[in-house]
Amino acid sequence: MSNITSQNLTELIKNIKNKKISSEEATKSFIERAEKSRALNCYITENFESAIKKAKEFDNKPNFNRKLPGIPIAVKDLFCTNGVRTTAGSKILNNFVPTYESTVTQNIWNEGGILLGKLNCDEFAMGSSNETSFFGNVQSPIDVNLVPGGSSGGSASAVASNLTPITIGTDTGGSIRQPASFTGTVGLKPTYGSCSRYGIVAFASSLDQAGPMGKNVKDCALLQEIISSYDSKDSTSINFKRNNYSELLTNNIKGKKIGIPKEYRVENMPKEIEDLWIKGIDFVKECGAKIIDISLPHTNYALPTYYIVAPAEASSNLARYDGVKYGFRSKGINLIDMYEKTRSEGFGNEVKRRIMIGTYVLSSGYYDAYYLKAQKVRKLIKNDFDEAYKKVDAILTPSTPSSAFKIGEKTSDPVSMYLNDIFTVPANLAGLPGISIPAGLDKKGYPLGLQIISKAFDEQNLLNIAYAMEEKINFKNTIKEWWFN
Amino acid sequence: MTIDLKTVKHISKLARISIDDEKAKKLAGDLNSIFNFIEKLNKLNTDKVEPLTSIAETTLKLRSDEVKSKNIRDQILKNSPSENKDFFVVPKVVE
Amino acid sequence: MSTDTGQYLITRDNNIYEVVIGLEVHAQVLSNSKLFSSSATKFGAEANTQVSLVDAAFPGMLPVINKYCIKQAVKTGIGLKAKINKRSIFDRKNYFYADLPQGYQISQYKHPIIGEGKVVLDMPYGQREIGIERLHLEQDAGKSIHDIDPENTLVDLNRSGVALMEIVSKPDLRSLDEVNAYIKKLRSIMRYLDTCDGNMQEGSLRADVNVSVKKKDSKNLGTRCEIKNVNSIKFMQLAISYEANRQVDLIEQGKKIDQETRLFDTKKNETRSMRSKEDAHDYRYFPDPDLLPLELKDDFIEKIKSEIPELPDEKKKRFIDKFNLSPYEANILVSDKETSEYFEKVVKNSDVKLATNWITGELFALLNEKDLGITQSPINAENLSKLINLIKNGTISGKIAKTVFELMAAGDKDPKKIVEEKNLKQQSDPKELEKIILEIISKNQDKVDQYKLGKEKLFGFFVGQVMKISGGKANPKLVNDILKEKLKK
Repeated sequence: MSNITSQNLTELIKNIKNKKISSEEATKSFIERAEKSRALNCYITENFESAIKKAKEFDNKPNFNRKLPGIPIAVKDLFCTNGVRTTAGSKILNNFVPTYESTVTQNIWNEGGILLGKLNCDEFAMGSSNETSFFGNVQSPIDVNLVPGGSSGGSASAVASNLTPITIGTDTGGSIRQPASFTGTVGLKPTYGSCSRYGIVAFASSLDQAGPMGKNVKDCALLQEIISSYDSKDSTSINFKRNNYSELLTNNIKGKKIGIPKEYRVENMPKEIEDLWIKGIDFVKECGAKIIDISLPHTNYALPTYYIVAPAEASSNLARYDGVKYGFRSKGINLIDMYEKTRSEGFGNEVKRRIMIGTYVLSSGYYDAYYLKAQKVRKLIKNDFDEAYKKVDAILTPSTPSSAFKIGEKTSDPVSMYLNDIFTVPANLAGLPGISIPAGLDKKGYPLGLQIISKAFDEQNLLNIAYAMEEKINFKNTIKEWWFN
Repeated sequence: MTIDLKTVKHISKLARISIDDEKAKKLAGDLNSIFNFIEKLNKLNTDKVEPLTSIAETTLKLRSDEVKSKNIRDQILKNSPSENKDFFVVPKVVE
Repeated sequence: MSTDTGQYLITRDNNIYEVVIGLEVHAQVLSNSKLFSSSATKFGAEANTQVSLVDAAFPGMLPVINKYCIKQAVKTGIGLKAKINKRSIFDRKNYFYADLPQGYQISQYKHPIIGEGKVVLDMPYGQREIGIERLHLEQDAGKSIHDIDPENTLVDLNRSGVALMEIVSKPDLRSLDEVNAYIKKLRSIMRYLDTCDGNMQEGSLRADVNVSVKKKDSKNLGTRCEIKNVNSIKFMQLAISYEANRQVDLIEQGKKIDQETRLFDTKKNETRSMRSKEDAHDYRYFPDPDLLPLELKDDFIEKIKSEIPELPDEKKKRFIDKFNLSPYEANILVSDKETSEYFEKVVKNSDVKLATNWITGELFALLNEKDLGITQSPINAENLSKLINLIKNGTISGKIAKTVFELMAAGDKDPKKIVEEKNLKQQSDPKELEKIILEIISKNQDKVDQYKLGKEKLFGFFVGQVMKISGGKANPKLVNDILKEKLKK
């Protein structure tokens, strides 16, 4: 049996069920490792004492019928956890302790999972490098001073460095898939409406989705079956037939048609990314699936559309952070002054930028030209996919336009940061499920990911294709613990 | 289309975020480069397109008219910065 | 001043101005729970005890719509003879205020649930049709309390999230009386439908008033000003009066009227501009992404239509036809559903004319005095019916009945019992009456002579004497007839 923290989720569950490891042992292993790994700054809130207590309780009265029996798990600090501080990576929620639980995390605890702690992320999920968090940057375990991606940077880094066997992140424009790609891990953004948004700090309501981030496809499939549920407390939650994805997982994708969208071959695309994509195409063929060229004509407009819709919704969703009911409050001489100071001091620069963009595109005189226009273009983008899916079952693209970059490299130019999301954003706009799997290394030895997008509600197919390719790719992360104290 | 200092000040007032002139100037610069990027959309003719009203492929679920939430005043006020056990307390509005 | 058509006109030198009024009424929906959360909606609860995590806009909280509130809106739309829009959208109206925890109100902007309709008013000069522009559903805000703490404002979110119907009229109202009638009619319709209790003191019915003026017979409407949150009909009328005159004065001085929002100062009886003028509200409406478009199915609407009770206009017509009431009488009896039910109970077994007079006269006076609604009336329909029958069959006179009525209100409810116990039966035996009359005549021969000589007024003296001796129980008609006969010249 290998070192506990190096085990993937499936192995860990097996070993706990076989009583080779106790929940307490497993939990303590991950805690010990976390305590040595503070340099990565993955955690905002450690929940270690409580976790050990729960692990002991589990061992006293184990229930091995659960899908995550006594498994310690850390989650992105965007999920409200009852009694455990939830900050969304922001000063404005620095002292906020929810008295309620998000549906997605409750699903995990119901299956026996144990909360290790809350993982760092970009402030209010706005960012692609985990450099906007009030609680400091997250280091990628891949190399020193490398960004892990964002906004679920803490989550991706924690999985890659074995601080948690699996985790959940959220993805609004790529915040699960992009950091997964940067850290050589697997990240799934499910169909919009698959996972409940109840209890998740909202960024952009029509785009946010929670999803699993793990070491391999099978682990993510298991977590997806656990977290995905119909929730009547979320009006956008969809009641569709959900599979036990991990049980039905198969690497047999013979005859599946995989589309290659020509518009994703962007201007100045780095050769390494191009090569990776070609490699991916070959793997697809090796699996017995067919490659079909398709067109998604409005791809080029996806990123600008996203940067209108997401900030618009965010500007409204973040209006509740006003210092009145909870969170940080600055002293003001009157109500307006209090609001202005609280929000100016409580929000970081990226959040403020996006609130400003959002407020502007919704404002009088500009609504039609920006927001309404963006919603129309969004329709066109969705139509592109609908058309494509008449010919193919899934679509293969690179996950990111580059590998991870250095901390501080892109912070001076917001647009260059936004371009990170170029391949991931369309799936959010169209509400489709997408997964990133590690597919290779660039010449610096940094991971690169391939993305598969499938039809809505077709997670099984998506996971199967990813599973088959993962097998063929046989990617191994070669991380050396350079960060230990 | 450029975003000037006056616009930044106006938008920050709407968004209730105070901003000094120096920061406002920098913000105007950032916003301009972001909007240059967004302007791309103007090239697309969308005259005959219906806007997307909802991405969730479902109909609005209707809830029954039952009172399910109880009195949770303590919970509701727990995270507020004042000590008042009955009300939220804020500085006076200047009307 | 008003004309035969009741129009409110303002005259200055040789210019006559018409006052044009539109109302935006906010009516709290009667429902157990709030529009988008399952908290209670009861009035008068202790502060912040009817507030859920959703109402207080905690992170991650989401709205889920109340089916019953939708029904209530559709019902009201039917009562307003309005178009039911099968597809409507909920939008966010974004602004900051302490009693608006989300920083936005969920409302309906471009696609409301109910479209155009109308309300018919019965005015002394005829019927007036007031157009309804639209009705939409929206969340109510919480309450800001400014006068408990001198340095701070206290916020109670109990009301935050309660369902409101905003009913927007067309600018068709032309006088203060019409404003009064319109509010009363709206209220009446909603109370009939049980969709709003119309209680202005408790705040379940509030209005914003839009006022503009124009030169008489001009086709163009003037610039309008909105007066917000006027919470009684009286204040509405005062506010309109002040505002209309203010606008006329400005026009006469050659000045422009700014389109703005104003408040009514109830102490000074004047309207004034709201301070935050530079901050003209830009609500940045956009469809709420936490909700989906509302689609109403035909059978949903049909079922609601089938459950609509008889509404005031229909009931009024029926009362006029069936009971031969005048429009005026019918109006009074149907304005309140409970009154119409009381009336119908009474006339089941007794005379319509008497019932009408007694209900609209004595009963209403009693209820007014005691500040009671008809459902709390100390005299119930059955007993009033009995009283009326006693009058009709001559057992007691109308005058005695008034006494019995008072006794019924104070204690024992059964009029028959009271008449028995207090011995109030009318004296209707002609022989007995003749005896009394002859006695009086014999004792007052001088007056009899004066009467016969032409002093007709003395008749009342003789009647009075009969009443006195009979303890007020003499049957007035018989007394009249017999006296006349005996006093014949």
